Amino acid sequence: MGKTVFDLEKCDIAWCPGCGNYGILNLVKEVVSELALDPQKLVFVSGIGQAAKLPQYLKCHYYNGLHGRALSPAVAIKMTNPELTVIVTSGDGDMYGEGGNHFLHTIRRNPNITNLVHNNMVYGLTKGQASPTSEKGFKTPVQVDGVILEPFNPLAVAIALDASFVARVFIGFREHAKEIIKKAILHKGYALVDIFQPCVTFNKINTYQWFRENTYLLDDSHDPRDRTRAFQKAIENKKMPLGIFFVNEKAVFEEQLAAYKQDRTPVCQRAFQPEPIEAIIKKLKE
Amino acid sequence: MALAHSFKNEVSIVLAGEAGQGIQTIETILTQILKRAGFHVFGTKEYMSRVRGGSNSTEIRVAASPVPAFIDRIDLCVPLDPKALAHLEHRLTEQTLIVGEAQALQSSREILDIPLTKLATTIGDPIFANTIAAGFLAGLFNVESGPVLEAITKIFAKKGEEILGKNRQAALEGIRLAQEACTAHSIHLEIKKCPSVAGQVIIQGYEAIALGAAAGGCRFLASYPMSPSTGVLTFLAQHAAQLGIVVEQAEDEIAAINMGLGSWYAGGRAMVTTSGGGFALMAEGLSLAGAIESPMVIHLAQRPGPATGLPTRTEQGDLELALYAGHGEFPRIILAPGTLQDAFLCASRAFFLADKYQVPVFILTDQCLMDSYYNVKEFPEVPKEAPSFVAKTNLDYARYRLTEGGISPRGIPGFGEGIVCVDSDEHDEGGYITEDANVRAAMVDKRLKKQKILPEDSMAPEFYGTGGYQKLVLGWGSNFHAIREALCRKGEKDTAFLYFKQVYPLPEKILEYLRKAKEVICVENNATGQFARLIRRETGFEVHRKILKYNGLPFSVEELAQKI
Repeated sequence: MGKTVFDLEKCDIAWCPGCGNYGILNLVKEVVSELALDPQKLVFVSGIGQAAKLPQYLKCHYYNGLHGRALSPAVAIKMTNPELTVIVTSGDGDMYGEGGNHFLHTIRRNPNITNLVHNNMVYGLTKGQASPTSEKGFKTPVQVDGVILEPFNPLAVAIALDASFVARVFIGFREHAKEIIKKAILHKGYALVDIFQPCVTFNKINTYQWFRENTYLLDDSHDPRDRTRAFQKAIENKKMPLGIFFVNEKAVFEEQLAAYKQDRTPVCQRAFQPEPIEAIIKKLKE
Repeated sequence: MALAHSFKNEVSIVLAGEAGQGIQTIETILTQILKRAGFHVFGTKEYMSRVRGGSNSTEIRVAASPVPAFIDRIDLCVPLDPKALAHLEHRLTEQTLIVGEAQALQSSREILDIPLTKLATTIGDPIFANTIAAGFLAGLFNVESGPVLEAITKIFAKKGEEILGKNRQAALEGIRLAQEACTAHSIHLEIKKCPSVAGQVIIQGYEAIALGAAAGGCRFLASYPMSPSTGVLTFLAQHAAQLGIVVEQAEDEIAAINMGLGSWYAGGRAMVTTSGGGFALMAEGLSLAGAIESPMVIHLAQRPGPATGLPTRTEQGDLELALYAGHGEFPRIILAPGTLQDAFLCASRAFFLADKYQVPVFILTDQCLMDSYYNVKEFPEVPKEAPSFVAKTNLDYARYRLTEGGISPRGIPGFGEGIVCVDSDEHDEGGYITEDANVRAAMVDKRLKKQKILPEDSMAPEFYGTGGYQKLVLGWGSNFHAIREALCRKGEKDTAFLYFKQVYPLPEKILEYLRKAKEVICVENNATGQFARLIRRETGFEVHRKILKYNGLPFSVEELAQKI
């Protein structure tokens, strides 16, 4: 990849050599460059964790907030200025664990944002505990006898909530992942891309090799408009499908807000107007 | 002639009954009529945390001059069910005139009997009993039919010609009954009307906060419903299109404050409205506001805690929560309006202060203020503009540029050429994560420098009294009116009152006020004297006496007059 407007002159990356996050970073940079997104109109939002550091390594507007809380400011940014492209990029613990409630309700809202989740089935920054997506039996310093909880299935949950765009990719299948992330960004509505990514330091089970052997690409016979079929695909766990599971184009959240019914101007660009307030106060005199 | 009563200048009416029985309908009609007729009105309510049943009451004071405070005394009691009388028993005296359906109330007390249900059924439906009752009460004040019919039309016009007509009939029937009763039992109410009241604003606490926020340029509200703060959310949701405010009911308070911060980042002016328990969930978000130096406006309407506490009652128990919430050290401002004018002005000012200093600003209210309303002679003007401190960025823009005063120009995405990077980790001037000890120290100093300059824009306490006072009463927030009226009643020239509408940071000047008094008394609706403690923390001054109340009810004028 050549130089892009999103390259930083210098940055000190905190990821381990061989980390899947590098692949995601490069891919994201390529995608936003190829889509020719205006850097002034693009905002990255993340929570806390190794994955959440991604925006630090791009020359871009970013809001790197609290652990688990990336989606709330992301939706608010979109509500406040619908002209911005908003990409949330964070890890499985951040999105599905600490931020689980926001994950559910953001899907219900259907804001026009893209949600990239780096899913390596382990906690990296806190050094190796189970994540919500860790498989049963996965041993860690905390889950000493192995995980006994059911793994969280983000795709099945998203499809159950009638999410607008639901996909899964593996960073080892670069071109496939790239095309899908592009489509996710271009999709109008909430788009979830769960990205399989190995953690080379704390997860010795779900390696590059493991993901290659335990996944397969959905082919053209899969109709992403078929919700029942999409759900069936989402709960397959012998070999896990990769691709676009489900697409449901529907009304976008921010466009339906009362504040935008008569006036499409982003609320952050509107001049202060005393008249409507005065009109309400006048009515209180009657 | 036990029913013979004579009231001068001022009457306190208390409507009581079960939740859902119609107190609110009578109240709405009655206050509309009385204000139109030129009486000063004040209303406040106490109610249980339930949708049906129980015992609730509303106090309406009707007077020739403003009396916007809660009093114990009941002149006219209107019980809607037998439990209501028991509920108010301790406030009833020989002088209380009880009005209602004697048969239904089954009381040994003498009751001015009005056959509401029977008459309402004659009109067509027992539901009209509420309008008859409102008409009756208005009739006692000798109100002419003009304002009555105007008020009825305003309230019922949208329900169709038939319902409107029957309500008119019901109201006029109520007035007729009142005229008969006044003659038959020698009941006299002598309250001078003040014609200018008719054209004044009548406003409730939550409306004053919501409109004040709008006047401060609010463009975004995300909140989770919680008594007693929900009125602000409801009001702004209902006026969202008209005011151009994005309103969202968040899935929880954590989402709410994080949404608010996201909106400020994108150039919105955001507020959350909540109560203590909900705000407890926002504490991490508050700390984030401190770290990323985001403006934030938090309306915290207090109710008694700990935990769920008394959901529909009042308390001033969360001052220290607002003061200390959030891990780490960062500046903040806490406003505490005590009047409805100040509720409007503080809410508006909160946005200015938050934006100017890039700090979280609290508007600390309580159930007492939220659920009180009265007519306001001169309601504050809506400002012609809401100044924004957002800066246009250039190519070498750095969000946390170190400056002399600690305030860095705040850019937003898409406005200028620079990039705007904010991070909850400790960061350098550009907003990038750093663990450099020197940068860390510089950033802490930068944030805390702002605390030092905040007093420049502090709202000074208001002083009521004359120079040579011996006793000084301190009050903050919603106790304002009760303290004022109590002191007016006592009429002691040597007692003064210092009212704080901003409780943090405190201006240094207050020590001068405190030192002049022989006795300094702090009045607070909590059990431990949180404001007195704050004064000691900030000035070293220990107040001499605390008057505290923490049973979930506001101070009454009588009780303060006695205790001060």
